[in-house]
Amino acid sequence: MSKKKEQFSVFDHVLVPKHEIVPDSEVEAILAELRVESKDRLPKILPTDPCVKALKAKRGDLIRILRKEPTGEAVYYRVVV
Amino acid sequence: MGKKLIDSGEAVGIIAAQSLGEPGTQMTMRTFHYAGVAEQVPTGLPRLIELVDARREPTQSLTDIYLEDEFVKDKKKNEEVAAALEHVSLSDVCAVTENFAKKELRIKVDTKFAQTKGITVRDIINKIKEVLGKSGKIKSKNDQILLHINATYQKLRRITMKVKSIPLKGIKGLSKATVVYNEKTGEYFIRAGGYNLHDLKKAEHVNFSRVYTNNVREIEKHFGIEAGRNALLKEIRQVMDLQGLTVDVRHIMLLADAMCSRGMIEPVGRHGLSGRKSSVLARAAFEETVKHLVNASIEGEEDPLNGVTENIIIGQTVKLGTGKVRLIMRQ
Repeated sequence: MSKKKEQFSVFDHVLVPKHEIVPDSEVEAILAELRVESKDRLPKILPTDPCVKALKAKRGDLIRILRKEPTGEAVYYRVVV
Repeated sequence: MGKKLIDSGEAVGIIAAQSLGEPGTQMTMRTFHYAGVAEQVPTGLPRLIELVDARREPTQSLTDIYLEDEFVKDKKKNEEVAAALEHVSLSDVCAVTENFAKKELRIKVDTKFAQTKGITVRDIINKIKEVLGKSGKIKSKNDQILLHINATYQKLRRITMKVKSIPLKGIKGLSKATVVYNEKTGEYFIRAGGYNLHDLKKAEHVNFSRVYTNNVREIEKHFGIEAGRNALLKEIRQVMDLQGLTVDVRHIMLLADAMCSRGMIEPVGRHGLSGRKSSVLARAAFEETVKHLVNASIEGEEDPLNGVTENIIIGQTVKLGTGKVRLIMRQ
């Protein structure tokens, strides 16, 4: 096994967009912008998801996903359930 | 309002459903495409149904494997790795017969076939030794291997099964690996039947960050829901493109997002999206009407009448388009 293989992270894969944890201080502003009453109305992401594990995100964290769509770049949010 | 291409209150879901459904009626019922592999991969309507149902095991999986950057354009290296990846078990290259009276296993190696896979009789014997340890005596002559095992009949049977399934080479689950040339990029890649991302990760010279399989569930499992969504989107688009149907990506994106909104790829329909709608009336209007109504009345479920279906049923204005606007009196 080469060294490169051991360092493989899910985010290296072509299909995986950038994920990041949204700091708690920004959450409210985002919910207001999306006109959503609470976090649990947003799309979900499982705590077992390889990306969540790699980020070490906790339950209830908001994940910002920077997608590269066929229609351009887009920001998507998911909540760890 | 006004900043976006779509107005607030537009029924995007219904438009997406119709935009995908209408071309669906034009699709051919039974189509396969060959794509360089001897496997029959469904396309057209059967494939679309498979994707929308989010089946765990698609009819035929494929895995596309790109090599590390320095080898991508090297055809020979590709063929080498393809041969190394393809799974060969003992029963693929040998005929195994049991002799209960003599308590022997007679293994006849198809040397010609084994040679094409780069396996020698010696390799096979070594593998058998590795698996069985000291529990049997091995004798070999040319292409014949004789295994003498002193055990009960039942145990002999079990050993036969074990011997037959000894993996000689390659990655379990990958079959018929062929090298395919991509004209657009000038790169070669390996297309194999089956899937096994877990073991492929450890394979040598494989660029794991470009591995792709048409089994969207496998992608989801190894790279997460976002990658799964992207794969699902890609697969649905491919089905539409191959049929020569043009559907705006946005409709497909909406479908893929809906299917992935709960953190895993869920089927559309009774067991998935439609079956988990929050409104009782909406669920009852779809399928299994009585079941939903009965359960709702037992549990005393309430329906806030927010959705489209519920409001149509009771004859109210649907909260869509102009129906979304409400008047508030100024005091």
